[in-house]
Amino acid sequence: MSAESPGFFSRIGIAFSLFFKVLFDAVFAGRAAAQLTGAPAPELQKDEPAPKAKLEALPPARPPETAALQLLSALQREGRFVDFVQEDVTGVSDADLGAAARLVHQGARKVVGGWFTIEAIWPGDEGAAAVVQPGFDARRIRLVGNVTGEPPFRGTLSHHGWRASDARLPSLSTNADATVLAPAEVEL
Amino acid sequence: MSAADTAAGATRMAQYVVGIDLGTSNCAVAVAPIGDAKLPVAIFAIPQVVDAGVIEAKRLLPSFLYIPADAEFAEGALTLPWDSAPKLLAGAFARDHGAKVPDRQVSSSKSWLCHPGVDRRGPILPWGKTDDPTLRKVSPLETAARLLMHIRKAFDREHPDTPIGEQQVVLTVPASFDPAARDLTAEAAKAAGLKNLVLLEEPQAALYAWLDSKGDAWRKELSVGDRVLVVDVGGGTTDFSLIEVAADGDQLGLRRVAVGDHILLGGDNMDYALAYALKKEVQGDGDELDAWQMHVLVQSARVAKEALLSSEKLERHSVIVPSRGSRLFKKTLKAELSRERLTQMVIDGFFPDCAPSAVPAQRRAGLAQVGLPYAADPGITRHLAHFLTRNARPGEAFAMPTAILFNGGVLQSKAIEDRVVAILNGWLTNAGAEKLKVLLGAELDVAVARGAAAYGLVRAGRGLRIRGGIARSYYIGVEQPMPAVPGYEPPVSAVCIAPFGMEEGTELHLEGATFGLSVGDSARFRFFSSATRRADTIGVELASWKPDELEELPTIETTLEGDVATSSVGWQAPVEVGLFSSVTPLGTLLLECVELKPIGDEHRRWKLEFDVREKA
Repeated sequence: MSAESPGFFSRIGIAFSLFFKVLFDAVFAGRAAAQLTGAPAPELQKDEPAPKAKLEALPPARPPETAALQLLSALQREGRFVDFVQEDVTGVSDADLGAAARLVHQGARKVVGGWFTIEAIWPGDEGAAAVVQPGFDARRIRLVGNVTGEPPFRGTLSHHGWRASDARLPSLSTNADATVLAPAEVEL
Repeated sequence: MSAADTAAGATRMAQYVVGIDLGTSNCAVAVAPIGDAKLPVAIFAIPQVVDAGVIEAKRLLPSFLYIPADAEFAEGALTLPWDSAPKLLAGAFARDHGAKVPDRQVSSSKSWLCHPGVDRRGPILPWGKTDDPTLRKVSPLETAARLLMHIRKAFDREHPDTPIGEQQVVLTVPASFDPAARDLTAEAAKAAGLKNLVLLEEPQAALYAWLDSKGDAWRKELSVGDRVLVVDVGGGTTDFSLIEVAADGDQLGLRRVAVGDHILLGGDNMDYALAYALKKEVQGDGDELDAWQMHVLVQSARVAKEALLSSEKLERHSVIVPSRGSRLFKKTLKAELSRERLTQMVIDGFFPDCAPSAVPAQRRAGLAQVGLPYAADPGITRHLAHFLTRNARPGEAFAMPTAILFNGGVLQSKAIEDRVVAILNGWLTNAGAEKLKVLLGAELDVAVARGAAAYGLVRAGRGLRIRGGIARSYYIGVEQPMPAVPGYEPPVSAVCIAPFGMEEGTELHLEGATFGLSVGDSARFRFFSSATRRADTIGVELASWKPDELEELPTIETTLEGDVATSSVGWQAPVEVGLFSSVTPLGTLLLECVELKPIGDEHRRWKLEFDVREKA
């Protein structure tokens, strides 16, 4: 676990924004870590089962939708995420919502922590002075407020940003149906 | 293959040391290259099924097996890269899905493996009655082998050129494991294909992990005369060891001087205690919680316990049992765990303030025991007091440690550490001794695996070795000669056959004990051990002993198999055998009947089995 632990609500925020980004942006989902780290896409496959083993039962690549569905399924499994978003929360008391949020948070944190290595892009404290040098990486740093003139830009850090420096997606068996986010359960 | 052969194989081939912590609740694996001193010990992430069709590599492999029913899963749902349709599944899904299908889940198999009251080679798990004839139960031995097999296959897949069978494997066992449980663990490892094996006591592994994390700087924290108390509270067991820093020539040496009893008490007991206390509140007016809800309540109580123990500011934490259905807000049950209740149940309940003279409550005699022999007294500090008192040096009221090292997931909590340290410091201060130094370990959930790998490097010549030999002395029962009196059993004396501290690789002969046996006969002895009689040497005979001085273990036995040496007239000559004890390079105790007069150059040997199978 990182020494800089974000607060409870910001952690929910991270989990949710990551989730939606992966869910609705297929390109992003397929190359999530590659895009964020700027590494070439094939890097992502390094945690895939290596083809050296003879008993290989797992596919070498997966369509980007599959990764999104897998994440959704894991969030449901660990934190009842799909149950949570599928429910109409109008009229649910804040106390009940809070209790459920804890559950979702615990699970989402486990999944996000297990699948991704997430770190701040800007190392300084939020609220502190920040200088953006010429030639900065505009994919990683966004200028907001009164944007005029030429770099270096002087301002304050309002959000330190996040990047996934590593992504480790679980393998999926060839026969698995990724569209099943949670199987129906029948008690015998 | 003999143990000596395996050890020789290890030094010839091994490129890695693989440390395996085969825990009651979780397994962990650490790997270190033997040749490169710069590369640190690394944790090996173990691929496992985490949901139907999903394989994820995780640092911990939950020590659970699941026995799937025939039609339960779609084809390929449990497929592992090395097994397309496992009959037994290990790991996270076995734990999580098994919570919903408890009759098919094997848990706590390690506690069963060291339970002498059951047939550990027999298919007895999942424990309890079942009316399902298709359920193929497994033995505690097979469960351990299956978990290790999973680790072996996972490792071999990642290291196809350096399979684990050729590497030096260090497998940890509780310091309090008796010879039978150690033998069974070694047998399971062999069955799993771990050929080059040594066993290591878990508290020692914890200290090796600490030494490894400190590098040479440990010499600044410990010096000659220090006595380190290792307190290891795992999921299911509590283990104490005392390790002394002594001068070894002009170097520092480490010696493990005492080991506690096997206490079946751990973090899981705390979570269960909390869950049962919260159950009424969670249920409210609703239905009785089902098995799955109870399981979730225990998990949730653990989360709340950890949150409250790690932050002093927090006064309460919610405990949630979500609905089983999709309507999350409809039947989700919740309660709150308050700090007051936590303190009362966990801190005061499991770590009560007590005097060093405290004695843990014993189970009442005659109480029928079904299932695991859990500790009768949940007070870990009382067990600790008893351990220190029993291991006092002459003139001391109790053994006085100068430093303490905590191990085990439960003890990641500062509140519990603080309580234990405060109690010990109270005892020490009253006795006029210095307060404890607290040695800070890291990543306590994988420290034992890490320490096991570090020990492998020590054996390869890198670093300081903890000496200690066997942690108990062992005795066989010998009937004292007296005239037969009806209805009166002849008294038995205990003869020391393996003394405390006997080191790996030594062999001793019990002089004067010679038996004439025939091939096909069996030799059977009552068997005892002592944690406190340190001075007894081989052959020392005890005519009587105090009740807590010697503990009787199951009988040991061997059958003399082999060729019958018959004379021309058909008379079978008895085989004269003596008793020998040795500590194998593997780290297990070996007792043998050895033929005294050789046939040619060969003395035949018959191993005395610690775990005698009940004859049906």
